[in-house]
Amino acid sequence: MEVAKLTDVTRVYRIGEVQTRALNGVSLTIGNGEFTSLVGPSGSGKTTLLQLIGCLDRPSSGSVVINGQETTNLNRNQRADLRKGTIGFVFQFFALIPTLTAYENVEMPLLLNGRTPAQRKQRAMELLEAVDLKDRAHHRPDQLSGGQQQRVAVARALSTNPTMILADEPTANLDTSNGEQVMEIMKKLNKETGVTFVFATHDPRVIKYASRVVTLRDGVIEKDEIK
Amino acid sequence: MMNYFKMAYRNLGRHRRRSILSGLALALGTTLLMFIAAFFTGEMRSSMETTLRLNTGHIQVQNADYDPDKLSVAWEYLIENPDQTAAQIGSLDPVHVATPRLAASGIVSVRDESAGAQIMGIVPESEANDPYRDGIVSGEFLAADDREGILIGLPLADSLNLKAGDSINLLINTSDGDVDEQQFTIRGIFTTGTSAWDKGIVFLPLAKAQTFARAENHASMIFVLLKDREQADEVAAAIQGEGIKVKTWTEMNELLVMVEDFSNAYLAVINLIVLGVTATVIVNTLLMSVFERTREIGVLSAIGMKGRQVIALFLAEAFLLAVSGVGAGSLAGWALSAYFAKVGVYFGDLGIGAEMLLEDRIYTYLTLDSAITLIVTAFLITILASLYPARMASRMEPVEALRGAQ
Repeated sequence: MEVAKLTDVTRVYRIGEVQTRALNGVSLTIGNGEFTSLVGPSGSGKTTLLQLIGCLDRPSSGSVVINGQETTNLNRNQRADLRKGTIGFVFQFFALIPTLTAYENVEMPLLLNGRTPAQRKQRAMELLEAVDLKDRAHHRPDQLSGGQQQRVAVARALSTNPTMILADEPTANLDTSNGEQVMEIMKKLNKETGVTFVFATHDPRVIKYASRVVTLRDGVIEKDEIK
Repeated sequence: MMNYFKMAYRNLGRHRRRSILSGLALALGTTLLMFIAAFFTGEMRSSMETTLRLNTGHIQVQNADYDPDKLSVAWEYLIENPDQTAAQIGSLDPVHVATPRLAASGIVSVRDESAGAQIMGIVPESEANDPYRDGIVSGEFLAADDREGILIGLPLADSLNLKAGDSINLLINTSDGDVDEQQFTIRGIFTTGTSAWDKGIVFLPLAKAQTFARAENHASMIFVLLKDREQADEVAAAIQGEGIKVKTWTEMNELLVMVEDFSNAYLAVINLIVLGVTATVIVNTLLMSVFERTREIGVLSAIGMKGRQVIALFLAEAFLLAVSGVGAGSLAGWALSAYFAKVGVYFGDLGIGAEMLLEDRIYTYLTLDSAITLIVTAFLITILASLYPARMASRMEPVEALRGAQ
């Protein structure tokens, strides 16, 4: 079963008179439970591809189907609805809401999904325990280390039981040991829960965990290897 | 719902100084507007009350041909048998007091100084003269049978250097067109707190004024005060008769009613200007907040927050700013108005004529109506102003919001 299917997708950015073709006719299928890395040099289009899979952006042409649903013509709110139930994000920067505690950050997607307070509490604490941060639940992001913040971000991405988690350079701002720790946790969650992970990265430490590596160059897929 | 307010509260706390300053701008605007509203209302109320109490009364009954500007005491312009008419009017239930008055023009002179004055003959014991009786600052009030005494205002006494017991010469235009002169003794000096009125009027007992002006058994008007001034039209209708005209306070104070309408419009314009400025401060605060939190908006949007939820988040911030700013401002405005309602604001003689008398001290008067209108307006304007930054935040494409911040 496939969670994402992209067919002949292009994405063109226009800045003034200049057109940049970030993706040029990419077709890609992501299967359920994969642990896939999108790799390639800067400007190869991996972040753009990840944003299209995550319905954060719309393709200039081609089709993006998520969990069997064609997303190309969905409006902003419909895409938000789709994201909040099926897709979790982990960003390169530690994208936690600074005014909320670790617990509240993890709780936020559950709140947006209309879960009851009891359900939210149980799920958020369970996830914080899974990323080994239960004792830090009531700390604000500025009271946590970079690695801890990224683990909270992973917990938040998982909170609504999405079918897929998209991570853009999740270890880029972490030192080696914190980076490895985050990757270990994600690998473990992938195994235990079967949730699909897709990373955009050029960090070899991340690539070594991947079961499939898709290499991009100049907006096209250069190589697609299953390890 | 509570979560939006919790987040909004914490977001405001991120830039505490900026939030406090924005709230303060809102509070200051509200305080100022509430005080101005109380001041205008106080001024108009006092002006209306003073003018009615001293100059026009609630109703005046005059000869059909009487012209109050000429102050002529020629018999054809006067009412005959005024005591009888006043007694009849006084017996009507809604009437508080009805008293005859004779108004003539004259000149007060002492040594080589002189000043023009309206000479008013009054029935000293009438309650309509309480403002003068209560306002005696030296000497005593007039007695009905006094044939040599006169009552003058404090500003006139000061300008001519007079005190109770001094003698003055009074010139009067009589009913047959002559001028007569007579010496009087100042029985008392009064103040009503309204310099513009007090400096231009002197009082004689009615009987003496009638003799002096050669207008025996005549008066310029029956001066009527009602128990409730809203009954003026009703009472006026009841006392219509041949050869007389009955004027109500609204007819006699058209200028004042017009000024009141004008001042209300003026107040509305001031409100819009001040609230417009404070709204700009709020828009600015929230816009800065939107720009600073672009990435956060992108993240919230990525995890599934919809446009209207982003709007709700910013509106919650505006709501908290409005509650604290308008709340504090209203309290301060109320306190300020209450203080100046007691002590008043001293302006002195503003030199406005008898059509719109103002006491030298204006006492603020805050009505519940104007306070509520102001609070609701300030609140709504703040919320409306915040719609622009809120909508701006809600329309950010998540991918651009995320990229913008990286």
